[in-house]
Order: sequence, then structure tokens, then C-alpha cells
Amino acid sequence: MATETLIWLIPLPPLLAFFLIVLFTNRSKWISHTVAVGAALLSWLGSMVVFFRAIRVEHFGEEIFASSLSWLPAGDTWFKIGVQIDPLSAVTLFFVAWTVLMIFLYSVGYHNYGQPKGDHDRPGLQPHGATVSDAHGHQHTVPSIEPMYSRFFAFIGLFAFGMYTLVVSDNLLTLFIGWEIMGLCSYLLIGFWYAKPSARAAMIKAFITTRVGDVFMLLGIAYLYAVTGTLNYREIFYNPEVLNRLAETPSYIVGLSTAGLIGILLFIGTIGKSAQWPLHVWLPDAMEGPTPVSAMIHAATMVSAGVYMAIRIFPLLSAGAEHGMTTAMGFVAFIGAFTALFSATIALSQNDIKRVLAYSTISQLGYMVAALGIGAYVAAAFHLVTHAFFKALLFLGSGSVIHGMEHGVYHTGEHIDPQDMFNMGGLRKKMPLTFWTFLIGGFALSGFPLVTAGFWSKDEILADAFGNGHILVFGTLALAALLTAFYTMRQITLTFLGEPRTKAAEHAKETPWTMTLPLVILAVFSVAAGWVGIPEHFPAIGGLLPNWFHEFVGGTLLELPEAVAFNAVPLLTSLVVALGGLYLGWLVYRNLPAGAKDPVEEAVPSVHTVLKNKYYFDELYDTLFVRPAYWISETFTSEWMDRGVIDGFLHWVAMVTGIIGNALRNYIDKPIVNGFGDFVGESVKKFGRNFRVIQTGRIQQYMIGALFTLAFFSVLFYYLVYTR
Amino acid sequence: MMISLSYYLIFSAALFSIGLFGVLARKNAVAILMGVELMLNAVNVNLVAFWRFRTPELIAGQAFAIMVFAVAAAEVAVGLALIISIYRRRNTVVADDIDMLKL
Repeated sequence: MATETLIWLIPLPPLLAFFLIVLFTNRSKWISHTVAVGAALLSWLGSMVVFFRAIRVEHFGEEIFASSLSWLPAGDTWFKIGVQIDPLSAVTLFFVAWTVLMIFLYSVGYHNYGQPKGDHDRPGLQPHGATVSDAHGHQHTVPSIEPMYSRFFAFIGLFAFGMYTLVVSDNLLTLFIGWEIMGLCSYLLIGFWYAKPSARAAMIKAFITTRVGDVFMLLGIAYLYAVTGTLNYREIFYNPEVLNRLAETPSYIVGLSTAGLIGILLFIGTIGKSAQWPLHVWLPDAMEGPTPVSAMIHAATMVSAGVYMAIRIFPLLSAGAEHGMTTAMGFVAFIGAFTALFSATIALSQNDIKRVLAYSTISQLGYMVAALGIGAYVAAAFHLVTHAFFKALLFLGSGSVIHGMEHGVYHTGEHIDPQDMFNMGGLRKKMPLTFWTFLIGGFALSGFPLVTAGFWSKDEILADAFGNGHILVFGTLALAALLTAFYTMRQITLTFLGEPRTKAAEHAKETPWTMTLPLVILAVFSVAAGWVGIPEHFPAIGGLLPNWFHEFVGGTLLELPEAVAFNAVPLLTSLVVALGGLYLGWLVYRNLPAGAKDPVEEAVPSVHTVLKNKYYFDELYDTLFVRPAYWISETFTSEWMDRGVIDGFLHWVAMVTGIIGNALRNYIDKPIVNGFGDFVGESVKKFGRNFRVIQTGRIQQYMIGALFTLAFFSVLFYYLVYTR
Repeated sequence: MMISLSYYLIFSAALFSIGLFGVLARKNAVAILMGVELMLNAVNVNLVAFWRFRTPELIAGQAFAIMVFAVAAAEVAVGLALIISIYRRRNTVVADDIDMLKL
């Protein structure tokens, strides 16, 4: 099949799966998950074919796969939409296809396919377990199947469609369409267990927070279309004329060029979607959704989409940069670096295994954004890819841990939170596969030297920051990396090492193959994905493998970015922070007894409280935005405007109308109209009553009457006619 | 000498008046009917007299008179039938008692 046709077809199977499941197969759990996983497999296959065809093309950045069709008439021209795969979207497609397929497969096991129906389960709530009796007549509580199993696969199918659309599209509008489809699906999936009030609150929060970014992004798209007349990537980002023109036109807003302003507007979309400060608040709450959803949102798709878009628009951000930086890039770098450190500190104090990962995701996305801000284009894309793999692995691993813990909870009947890391411990013996894969993912996240993918990508960012003289960014990111290693080791130590702290943890059980197989595959990528981007000048092993990633993805830009020269300082820094953080984490949290407090909390309780409450951002936003919004809607709009002014006016109109109506009735209708009618009627009645006496019924009297009448008229006639 | 037209007309008027008086004053319905006949015949006398004195060359006057006879005969037949019918139902032929027109 022609590659272009294939690219058009990639997003379609998940969409078809969505409609098939929703319309026809939702009663059968087996058919539904087969359809969904099959669709993911088809898309994966298409993506792999496209990817491997792409990497065989020399100088792929110049000879991309693209195809478009006229869609909307826009004045004299057509607005075209189409698909394109260039180096950046090729690598994105690669990791998206893999993670999506893994997540689909994992969902089968996560939602307890093959388990009995729950005793008290109902749609909209998590399964609560089913009671079964074994051959000896003993009663056991085992995990029960998700009541809305088919619906879940339909939703993630639509989600996957959104992501594939976003990756293969060749213009910002179809990207935005895919972006918004994902926004809708994330809303539906975060609130998948909609009977939980917290899930409902989280879904609304996620939707509205990302909407803030999307509004600015739409403004940016409109602005871009207004000044260039196109939204195609190639025509804008690969076109020096357009870029120069945009860079030279001032926008009259805080001294930015048009390119910079559009770039920042679009980048605010990224801030919302990729949960950067100050719109980061929705992502931790999104943990209310089922774990595969967290992985979908936090690793493979939605948040990656934000960074992907930011990387896409990098030529705009950097347009007009003579020596490295522009104002827009400075803004991006600040947001990224600040977010990286800020959320890494919050992650230190979270006890929920998934929340730690959520903050870690925000922090790592901040890394990529900061890398972009300092011009490390390739490093940002590299970290995007490696992070997608190891973060998907970590999320799926944490889901597996929670699943194992839930098994223990059902078995022992303890009432504990299966997501709280302080209830775990010692799981390495119970869940070896989950442990080893989680360990790989965690080490990749902390940048464990040489063997993990995270090391190479993170090291490249640090090297770029140091090499180009952005010492402040470098320092911030290095500190964030130290914290990352620390909280990762804290997580691993609390969860898997030491002794079990609860009975449930003692009875945890390894999860089925549908869950562990994706973990193993993702673990392979978490290690191997780094090998494609080893810098050439790296001591000892540099140059053994060509730095393929740099050459390939760098080709997306007009000029191939220069690889930064090797410097020992960032390398040593990253070695020290990764190993030091890991060691510290292990040192502090090893052998924590059951019921013990967090050692950090004991050491610096005030700091811990601030971190635990996420710097009170939720409370701050509650005071700044949510309460005023409620006040505006309840007091101002509803009470004053609606019930006071509008209703008041209506009531006044009604009252005046009533008065006028009464007056008309009393002074016009009743006396004049009714009076006249009554008068006519009464008169006729009276007349009839008075004259009824002459109607005797006697024929002779009538004839006398007729005679006299005749005589009278004759006389009258005589006088009138003959006496004139 | 020939009897002049006025005598005929006076006679006719007298006959009409007698008939009219009979119609208005008699109680018996049959007598009222007879009064009607008198009035009709007074008309006939008029018609024939005017024909004889004014247009003897035409036949219209006689034709009208004949027609009045025919109509009068029919009227009497119907009228008598009605009177008999009323008599059978109400056992009276007194005109004042037959006040069904009131209802």
C-alpha cells in the first residue's frame, strides 16, 4: 500500500472500534475488547510500517510523506487538510503506537476480564469484589469484573483515534481537533467511575483547566491563520520566508514579535494540556480514573500531545533568534524549569503511588518544555519519547501494584487504601515481574547512568543547558533531577523493599499476563530507547552506535541543530544527582516500620505540610477562581441579575400589564362593550315580552290586524303619492 | 239602457264586504270559508265587469275568472279537508278555539 494511503488509514481502526462497541457489541465483553485491541493492533501495524519506511529514507526531513486534500473553501483558495509524517511525527508515532497497544492489552487484565461478576457492583463504581466458594466450600472474596467493561474500551478507542489524528495531521487545525477529542475522552475517562463524587469533581476540573489553555491555543491558531493564510506545518515551520516575516513583524504586545506572540499563545495550550504550572492542578486529580487511563493520559497521549505541539511550533518560538534565545523561548524555559522543580518537590510528600507518578510526570514534562525553551530541540523530543515509554511502564506498574494490593485486601478483608505506599512494602517477593519492571522504569525516570533510556535523554538536556550557558536552567533541572531520583527511590523502597507493612501487602498476588506482558515490553523500550541517541563524544561508548536520533529528528528543522560538545560537568552532575538521589531515597525509607510517619515529615514538618498540600494551589485557585465563579453565578448572576433585575423587570411589566388590564376591564370592557351587548339583548327581550300579547293565535284577529295595516298603508300611500 | 260599470263595481264591493265581514266575524270555520268564497267571487265579478266594459276584444278577463274558480275550488277542497281534520282532532270548528298559531 502506498505510504500516504496508509497514513490516512492509521487513525481509523480505533474510531471504527469505538462506533462498533458503542452501537453493536457493548453487551459482549469478549467481542468488545477483541475489537478494541484488534483496532489498536491494526493501527500499531500501520504505524510500524510507516515508521520503518520513514527511517529508510535518506534526509527524511526534506523528503517527508505528505498528502492533503481540499477541505474548506476559503475565499479564493481552499483550506487544505491532510496527513504528513516527518521525522518528529515518525518518532512520535512510534512511541504512541507501542504505548497505546500496550495500554489496550493491559486494560483487559486491569478490568479483571475472566473474573466473576461482583456481588454489589454497579455501573459507575469501582468493582468491589465477588464472593466465590471453592471445592472445599470455603468462601473467598476475589476481584470482580468491571461492570462497564465495554464502555471503557469504546472510550479508549476514541482516545487513541484522537492521538493518532493529532500525530499524523499536517496542520494545526486537525491537530487541534484531535487535541479536543482527547480532551473530551480524558473527561469521560477520568470520570469513568462517575458515581464517585471525587471522580466527578476531577473530571470537571480537568476539562475546565485544559479548556483555559485551549482557548489561548485557538486564539494562536486564528492569529497564525490571519497572518499567514495557512496552518500547514511545512508552509509555516519549514519556510524561512514566513518565519522571517513573522519574526520581523512586531506584535505591539510587550515587545514580542508576531512569531513570538503566536508561539506563546499556542504554548499556553501546551501549558494546559501538559499540565505545566500554573495549569498543573488537574493532572494529579485525574488519578481518579482507572490506571490504564492514567497511563493513556500521562504517558502515551494527552500530555505528550502538549509537548509534541510545543516541539512542533519551536520554529515559531525561536524565529528571529540571533544568538540562541528569544523572549518567547525565555518564557517557555522559565515555565518548564519552574514546573520541573516545583512539582518534583510536591512529589516528595505524596503517599498515593499514582499521585507521585502524576507529579513526576508534570516535572518531566517541565524538563522537556525547559529543554525546548533553551533551544535543545532534539533533546526535548528525545526525552518525550523515552519518557513516554518509562512513564507508561511506571503507571501500568503502579496499576499492577494496586491490583495486587487489592487482591490482598479482598483476601484479608482489611479496610486500607490499596494505593497508599505506606500500606505496602515487601512486594518484590510477591510480585517479582512487576517489581523488576517497575525498578527499570523507576531507574529510567531517575536517570540511572548508562543502562537506562532516561539517563541519555536527561543527560542530553542537562548537557545542552550547560553547554549553551543557561546555568540557571541547568541548576534548576539538576536539582529537580536529584529530587526525582529521591522520590523515585522512596516509591520503590516503600512499595517493594523491606517487609510488608499490612496483611494485605503480605497477601498481594502477581497480576495476569495481560498486565505483565505490557510491562515487560515497555521495560525493554525503557532501556533500549536510549541507545539511539547516545552522543558521539561520550567517553568510552560514544560513537559505538551512531547518534541516529539527533540526525533523524533534527532533520525536522530547517537547519540541523548542532550537537553540543561533550563536557564533563553536566555528566558528573547527572551521575551525582541520579545516584545520590537514589541512594538517599533508599537510605531514608528503608526498613520503615508499619504505621511509621514519613521521615521527611518528622524532620521538617512545616515544609512537609506545605508540600503535602501542593503549595496550597488548589486552595488558592479555589479562592481566586472557583469561589468568585460561584459568587458570580449564584449571587451576581442568579440572585441579582436574573432574579433581581431580569425577573424584577418582568414582574414589573406583569404588574403594570395587570393594572392596565384591570382598568380596561373596569372602565371600557364592562360598561361600554358589555353594556352595549347587554342593552341590545335586554332591549330585544323587553320588546318581545311587551309585544307577545298581540300574538293570540286567533286567525281572525290577525286578519283584522292585516286589514287595518293595509288600510293604514293605503291611506299613507294615497297621501304620499297623490297629494304631492 | 244598459247597466253601467259602477253598478257592477258597487255590487262587487258589497259582495266583498259581506264576505270580509263573514271571514272576520263568524265563529264557525266553515262559515269563514264561505266568506272567503264570497270575496273571491266578488273579485270575479270585478274581473268580468272590467273585461266587458274595457277590453271586450281580449279574452284575458274571462280566463282569469275561470282560473279563480279553479283555484277557489281547490282552496275549498283543501280548506274543508283541514277543517274536518281539525274537527276530528279537537272536536270543534270554532275559529277562536283553534289558536294553535300561538305556539
